[in-house]
Amino acid sequence: MSRHPESSADGTDHIVVDDLQKVFDVRKKTGLVRREKHRVRAVDGISFTVPRGEMVGYIGPNGAGKSTTIKMLTGILTPSAGRVRVAGIEPARDRTRLTRRIGVVFGQRTTLWWDLPLIDSYRLMHRMYRVEDRRFRENLDRCVELLELGELLDTPVRQLSLGQRMRGDIAAALLHDPEVLYLDEPTIGLDVISKTKVRTFLRDLNAERGTTVLLTTHDLQDIEQLCERVMVIDHGRLMYDGALAGLHEIGESERTLVVDLAEELPPVDAPGARVLKVEGPRQWLAIPAAASAAPVVTAVASAYPLVDLSVREPDIEAVIAKMYEDRAAP
Amino acid sequence: MRLYAAVAASGFRRYATYRVATAAGVFTNTVFGFVLAYTYIALWSERPQLGGYDQAEALTFVWLGQALLATCAMMGGGFEDELIERIRTGDIAIDLYRPVDLQLWWLAGDLGRALFHFLGRGIVPMVIGSLAFELALPGDPLVWVAFLVAVALGVVVSFAVRYLVALSAFWLLDGAGVAQIAWLGGMFFSGMLLPLNVFPGALGELARALPWSSFLQVPADVFLGKRTGIDLLGAFAFQAGWALALIGAGRVLQAVATKRVVVQGG
Repeated sequence: MSRHPESSADGTDHIVVDDLQKVFDVRKKTGLVRREKHRVRAVDGISFTVPRGEMVGYIGPNGAGKSTTIKMLTGILTPSAGRVRVAGIEPARDRTRLTRRIGVVFGQRTTLWWDLPLIDSYRLMHRMYRVEDRRFRENLDRCVELLELGELLDTPVRQLSLGQRMRGDIAAALLHDPEVLYLDEPTIGLDVISKTKVRTFLRDLNAERGTTVLLTTHDLQDIEQLCERVMVIDHGRLMYDGALAGLHEIGESERTLVVDLAEELPPVDAPGARVLKVEGPRQWLAIPAAASAAPVVTAVASAYPLVDLSVREPDIEAVIAKMYEDRAAP
Repeated sequence: MRLYAAVAASGFRRYATYRVATAAGVFTNTVFGFVLAYTYIALWSERPQLGGYDQAEALTFVWLGQALLATCAMMGGGFEDELIERIRTGDIAIDLYRPVDLQLWWLAGDLGRALFHFLGRGIVPMVIGSLAFELALPGDPLVWVAFLVAVALGVVVSFAVRYLVALSAFWLLDGAGVAQIAWLGGMFFSGMLLPLNVFPGALGELARALPWSSFLQVPADVFLGKRTGIDLLGAFAFQAGWALALIGAGRVLQAVATKRVVVQGG
C-alpha cells in the first residue's frame, strides 16, 4: 500500500469548502389545501479546508447540516451557492470521477449485498472500481487481517452482527485505496470492543497511508481518540474550527476540583474557585479550564483540613452541549 | 463490461440462495398452470380456434405463461421493490456514491435474476405441463433459438418498464401504488389472463401494441411458430423498439431524478 501522490490542484489542501450553502424549499401544510412554502438553510455559508492526511471530526446535533455537507462533498447534492473541491474535483459536476478517489462509510446504511457472502461484495467492488488484481488482493488481505474478517468472508451479510457488518463496510470502502474517506457515525451501536477495533484501525490507516479522513459522529470519544482538529456545526453554520483542546476555552468550560475535608464545614472560600456542591465533608469546586488549579489547591490546603483531592477534566460533551445551548438562546 | 457481468452473476446467485422460495414458486406456477389449463380447455372446447389457436396451442400458451411469469416478473418480485425501498429510505445515496451507471447496474442484476428464474422456475412447470397435457412444442431447433431471443428481449422491456415505475418513488416517496398499477396492467396486457389475440377490435389492437405484449404474447407466438420469416424480424423489432424507447425514457428520468432530488434521511 502506497501513500498517495501529491496531485491536488489546491496544493496541500485536500478538501476546500468556500462559503458553501444549501437551501431547501419545504412545503408546509397550513390548512386543508393551503400550503406555505418556506426556505430551510440547511448549510448556511460554511468555509473550511482540510489538508492532505488530516483527520478531522465534524460534529453537531441532529439536523445541524452535517449530512447535507457530506452529500455535497460527495457530489450527490448540488450546492445552492459556494464552492467545493475534493482532491481538485468539483463533486457535483464530476461525481463519477470523484467516486474512484473517495470512500464513504455510513454507520446506518450498508454498501454490502444483503443476500451474498461478504467476499462476493468485495469482488463486486473489485470490478466496480477496476482495482488492479494485485493491489486488490493486498488491500483485502490487510483489511481482513486488521479488521478480523477472515472467518466472516463466506458468511452472508444478513447473518453478520452489527459490529461485524460495520467492519465489513469499512473494508469495502477501502479496497480501491481512496485518498479521502468520509465516515458517518462509524461506531454507532457498537459495543466497546468493536469501537476500539474500529478506532485503532482508522488511526493506523491515517498514520500509515495518509488518508484524509472526515469523521461525523455523536460519540465524542471517537473524536477525542482520533482527531486533533474538530469542527462544530449548528444551524448550518460553523461554530468552531480548531484543536480539540481549544473547545474548552471557547466553551468556557470548567474543571472540577473535588476536595475531601476532615470534617463537615460550610462552603470553602478560595479565590478563583466557586463551590458547586457540598455533601458532608466532600465539596466540589469549579475552576475555569484555562486557569491553573495550583493556587486554588494551595489556598484550600492552607486554610482547611484537607484530606484528599482530585481534579476532573471538563467533559467535552458538556462543553459542546453548552455551546448548543448558548446558540439556541441568544 | 466485466463489472456488469459480475453484477449479473450476483443477481443470479442472490435468487439462487433461496431454494425453498424457488421450490414454493415452482409449486405455485404448476398449480396455477393446471387451473388455467382446465379453464382454457373448457373455453376452447366451446370455441375451438379462439384467437387462431387450437387447443394444444392454447395449452402451450398457458404453460409458457407460467414459465415466463417469474422470468419477466409479470407479478413483480424483481429488483423494483428493492429499488423503491432504497429510494424511500435514502439508501439510494450509496448507489450514487459508486462509479457505475445506475440503470445498467440494475439491468445487469435483473438479467441475472431473470436467467435464474427462467432456469429455476421456468423449466419444471413447462416439463410438468407437457407431461400432463398435449402441447404444441416446436420441432425446429431454430424456433427454440428465436424463442430464447424473444424472451431475452421481453426481459429487457420488462426491466425498462419496472425501472420507470421504481424511479417514480423519487417523486412519490412511496412507489408501491404505482408498482401495483403497473403489475395489474402487466397481468392483463402481457396476455397472462388470456392471449391478446383473443381480444377483438381496438382493445385488441391496443393491447398488442403496448410494451407488455413483449413479455408473453410475442415470445409465445414465436414459440408457436405464428411468427416466422420477415414477421419474426418484425416481432424482434417491436420488442427491441420498446426496449430502446423505454430504456431511453428511464435514462432521462434518472438524470432528472438524481439532479433535483433530495436523498431522504441523514
